[in-house]
Amino acid sequence: MLSRLDKSPVATWWWTVDRWFLAAFLSLMGLGIVLSFAASPAVADRIGLDTFHFATRQIMFMIPALGAMLAVSFLSPRQVRRMALIMLGIFLVMMVAVLFMGVEVKGARRWLSFGGLSVQPSEFLKPAFVVICAWLFAEQAKRTIPGNILAIGLLAVVISLLVLQPDLGQTMLTLGTWGVMFFLAGMSWFWIALFGGVGVTGAFAAYTIFPHVASRLDRFLSGEGDMYQVDMGRDAVIAGGWFGVGPGEGVVKRMIPDSHADFVFSVAGEEFGIMACMLIMSIFAFIVLRGMKIALKEHDEFTRLAVAGLVTVFGFQSIINMGVNLQLLPAKGMTLPFISYGGSSLIAIAISMGMVLALTRRGPEKLKNHRLSMPRTLVPAE
Amino acid sequence: MIGWLKKRLSSGKVSTASQMVFEATRQPSGGRSRNRTRMAMGAFFLFYAVIAGRLVYFGFQDPNGDGGPAAHITASRPDIVDRNGSVLATDIKTFSLFAEPRRIIDADETIEKLSTVLPDLAMEETYKKLKSGKGFIWLRRQLSPRQQNDIMQLGLPGIGFRTENRRFYPAGPVASYIVGLTNRDNQGISGLEKYIDDQGLADLQASGLATPADLKPVKLSIDLRVQHIVRDEALQAMQRFHAIAAGAVVINAKTGEIVAMASVPDFDPNNPVGANDKDKLNRMSAGLYEMGSTIKSFTTAMALDSGKVNLNSTFDARRPIVIGRRTIRDFHGKNRILSVPEVFIYSSNIGSAREADVVGIEGHREFLKRMGLLDRMQTELPEVAKPTEPKVWKKVHSITIAFGHGMSTTPLQTAVGAVALMNGGRLMPPTFLPRTLDEAMAVSKQVVTEKTSEDMRYLYRLNAEKGSGKKAEVPGYRVGGKTGTAEKVVNGRYSSNKRFNAFLAAFPMDDPQYVVLSIIDEPEPEKPGMGATAGSNAAPIVANIIRRSASMLGVKPDFRQEEPVTLVSYE
Repeated sequence: MLSRLDKSPVATWWWTVDRWFLAAFLSLMGLGIVLSFAASPAVADRIGLDTFHFATRQIMFMIPALGAMLAVSFLSPRQVRRMALIMLGIFLVMMVAVLFMGVEVKGARRWLSFGGLSVQPSEFLKPAFVVICAWLFAEQAKRTIPGNILAIGLLAVVISLLVLQPDLGQTMLTLGTWGVMFFLAGMSWFWIALFGGVGVTGAFAAYTIFPHVASRLDRFLSGEGDMYQVDMGRDAVIAGGWFGVGPGEGVVKRMIPDSHADFVFSVAGEEFGIMACMLIMSIFAFIVLRGMKIALKEHDEFTRLAVAGLVTVFGFQSIINMGVNLQLLPAKGMTLPFISYGGSSLIAIAISMGMVLALTRRGPEKLKNHRLSMPRTLVPAE
Repeated sequence: MIGWLKKRLSSGKVSTASQMVFEATRQPSGGRSRNRTRMAMGAFFLFYAVIAGRLVYFGFQDPNGDGGPAAHITASRPDIVDRNGSVLATDIKTFSLFAEPRRIIDADETIEKLSTVLPDLAMEETYKKLKSGKGFIWLRRQLSPRQQNDIMQLGLPGIGFRTENRRFYPAGPVASYIVGLTNRDNQGISGLEKYIDDQGLADLQASGLATPADLKPVKLSIDLRVQHIVRDEALQAMQRFHAIAAGAVVINAKTGEIVAMASVPDFDPNNPVGANDKDKLNRMSAGLYEMGSTIKSFTTAMALDSGKVNLNSTFDARRPIVIGRRTIRDFHGKNRILSVPEVFIYSSNIGSAREADVVGIEGHREFLKRMGLLDRMQTELPEVAKPTEPKVWKKVHSITIAFGHGMSTTPLQTAVGAVALMNGGRLMPPTFLPRTLDEAMAVSKQVVTEKTSEDMRYLYRLNAEKGSGKKAEVPGYRVGGKTGTAEKVVNGRYSSNKRFNAFLAAFPMDDPQYVVLSIIDEPEPEKPGMGATAGSNAAPIVANIIRRSASMLGVKPDFRQEEPVTLVSYE
C-alpha cells in the first residue's frame, strides 16, 4: 500500500485519483473481455477466421488501452488541454486525409490504414474536440478570447468532415455533446432555442438528403423492411430472460451479424440475462451521473465543462447503443464504450476516460487553479 | 453574428442589450449553470431509466411468443381392432422436422447436411423456404426415430422436432377400404376412421380430452383372417381374368355383420400414394352397377312373396318379349314354358319379366324399395353410393329391372338384400361393428315371409347343383347362389364384350350362416374361346372364399348331405 507521506508521482496519483471512476472503468474493461468471448467466436467462425480471433485481439487492444488510460490520468488539467490540442491537430489532418486515402467500407470512408493497423480518426477526435470546446467555453467566460465563436467554428469544421465521410452517427453524437456543453456553459435560452432549431433543421435535412438515414428511420418507425439485425438483437434479449441461457449457450447471438461490435449488449442479454444488462447499464449510468455530480461541484469552468462533456459523449454513446439493441432507437452504428470490439474505439475511449480521471483528481494544483481563477471570475459583468 | 463579432472585437466591451449574456460569467459554477448540470443529470437519469424499463419489459416477454411454432396438437385416435382383437390401426409416435428460417444461420449448410439424412429433400424448394424469413415451416413430417437421431447428430441450429401421432396400419392394404385413412393431422378422412371422428371423436379432440389413455379400441365386426382371404381371392381373380376390378363381401346372415369386404385395386394406407386415383374406389359400397341376373333373386322372391306365384307356377318363355324398340331374349334360351325354379336356374329373362308382370309396376318398385335396393344404404362406412332408378317407372323399366338392368345399385346392398332372403325374411342394415343376435332382431324388419325365404334357399341350392352356379360348390358346405352376367353400358349401348359379373351366394343352405357376394368387373375369358360368364369367374371366387374361410367362420362341413336327398324333382 502506498503511504500518504510518499510524494512520488504514483503515490500522489493513487491518493488523488477518483477510485470509484477507476473501478467502474476497469470493470467495464473486464466485462468487455468476458463478453468478447461470448459474442465474437460466432462471428469469427462465420467469416472464416480463427474462433478466438476477435477475442484475442480485444485482449491485445485492452493492454494499450489500459496503459493509455492510466498514463493520461497522470496528467494535470493543463497537460490534458495541451494533449487535446495536439490530438485535435493530428486527427483533424487525418480526418481530411481519410476523405482522400480512406478505406471505403459500406459506402463510407472512415478508416485510415497504416500498415496492418486501421485507425478511425473520428473516434480520437471526439475527446479532443470536447476538451478543446470546454476550454473555449471557459475562456469565453474569462473573456480572454472569443471562445464561443471559435467553438462554433470548430464544431462546423468537425461536423463538415464527419458529414463528408459520411458518418451520421458521429455527427449526431458530436452535435449533441456540443449542445449539452453549450447548455451547461450557461448560454441564454434564446441561443439554445436557436441552435436547437438549427439542429432540428439539420436532422430534417439529413433525413431528406441522405437516403440511408431516411430509410433507416422509416424502417424503425414503420417496423417494416430490413430490421433483421435489430429484431435479432431484441429476440436475443428476450430469449435470455432474466438470468440468461448461460455462457456459450446463446443461439440467437449467432444470427446477429455484428454481435461482437454494435450488438454485444444483446449477446450479454441472451447469455447472462437481463440482470447482467442492468448491471452494465448501471455502470454506465453511474459513470455519467458521477461525472455530472463532480462537474456540479467543480469550481474551475474548464474542468467542469470538460468532465461534463466527456461523460456526455460517453453517456450518449452508451444510451444510443443500448437503445438500438433494445429497439428503442433506429439502427445506428454506435459502439458500446469499452465493451464493443474495435481497437480505435477502445483506445480512444480509454484516452477520453483517462482525461476524466486526470481532470477529477483531487489535487493541490486544482486548488491552485481554482484560486487563480477566482479573482477573474468574480469580476462583475457590468 | 458577424456584426456582433466585429463589435465584440473592436470595442471589447459588452452591452446587455445586444449580445449573448453569459450568466456563467457572473456566477461561475454557480446558480444557473449548476441548475443546468442538474437538468443534464436528470435527463441522463431519465434516459437510463427508459432503458432499464425496456429491459424489465423484455424480461416479462415470453421467449417463445414471437414467431415460434404455434402449439400443434396432433390428435390421438383409438386403436381399431378386428373382431378377434387383431390390430387394424394404431397410433405410433413420429417426429416431424420443422425449421425456423429466422434462426437459420447458413441455409446452404443446413440443406447440404439434411440431405445426407433425407436424400430426397427438394433442394431448391427447401432453400426458398429457409430463406423466406418466416417464423416456422415444416420441412418433413413424420420421420422415424432413427432419422430423427441422425438429424440431431448433425447439430444444425434453427431446426427442431415435434412429436406427432401417426396412424399405422399393421394389415397394410388388406382392410384399407374399411378402415380408411387419416390425414397428416391424424383426422379421419375416409372409411371407419372418418366414422369414428363423426361419432364425436373430433369434438373430443378439439376439447383436448382425447388422451391416449382414455380412448378405448374400436372393435370391428371384421375378421382379419377372412378379410385377408377375401382380398386375396379378389386379387387373384382380377389377375386371372384380366379384369379391371374385383371384389367380394362376406356378411353374417343372422346379424348383418360384415365379416370381410374387399375391393381391388386398393391401396396401402401406410403409404396412400394414389389412394385418390379414379380406380381406387370401394366398388362394394361406392360402386353403382346394373347387377344383372343376381337381381332375379329379388324378382323371384317378390313373385313368391306376392302369393300369386308358387314354386309350381309356370311362365311362358317360348318367344321373346317385344316392348317398344326392345326385344327381350333369353341368354340360355329354352323356348318353352318354364316353372319358377327353371326360370331361376336357367336365368330366364323372359320368365323373370313375366314374374314381375304378375306383381305389377307399382308392386315391383315397392318391393325393391322394401328390400332397400333403391335407397342409400345406412351403415357406418361413409363411402356409400346412392342407387339410381328410372324417374318414372314404366312397363319397360319393370321388365328390364326384373332381370337386373335399368337400375343401378351397389354390390353390398344386393348382398344385404340377399341376407333377408336367406335368413327368414329379416332385413337389417349392414354393420361393420359387432352386433349380437338380439340387437340384429331389434334393428331388423320382416320384408318377406318365412316361406318365401325357405323357397329362395331351395332355389339357391338348386342353382348351385343344377344351374349356373355349379362352380361355387364346396364339398361339405352346401353352397347355393345366383349368378349374374350383365352387359355393361358403353357409350349408351349395352356392350356384348364388356361385362359385369357377380355371384350372390349363401352357405350352408340348410341354415345359411353367411352370405357371400363376389363381383368381377370386365373379366376376360381365361383362355381364348372360353366363356366369361359369372359362372366361370365370379362363382369360383365365392367357392374359394368359402373353402378357405368356412372353418374360421365356424361353419362345420357336413358331408352326409352331399347327395341332394332333400331335393325333390320339380319337373
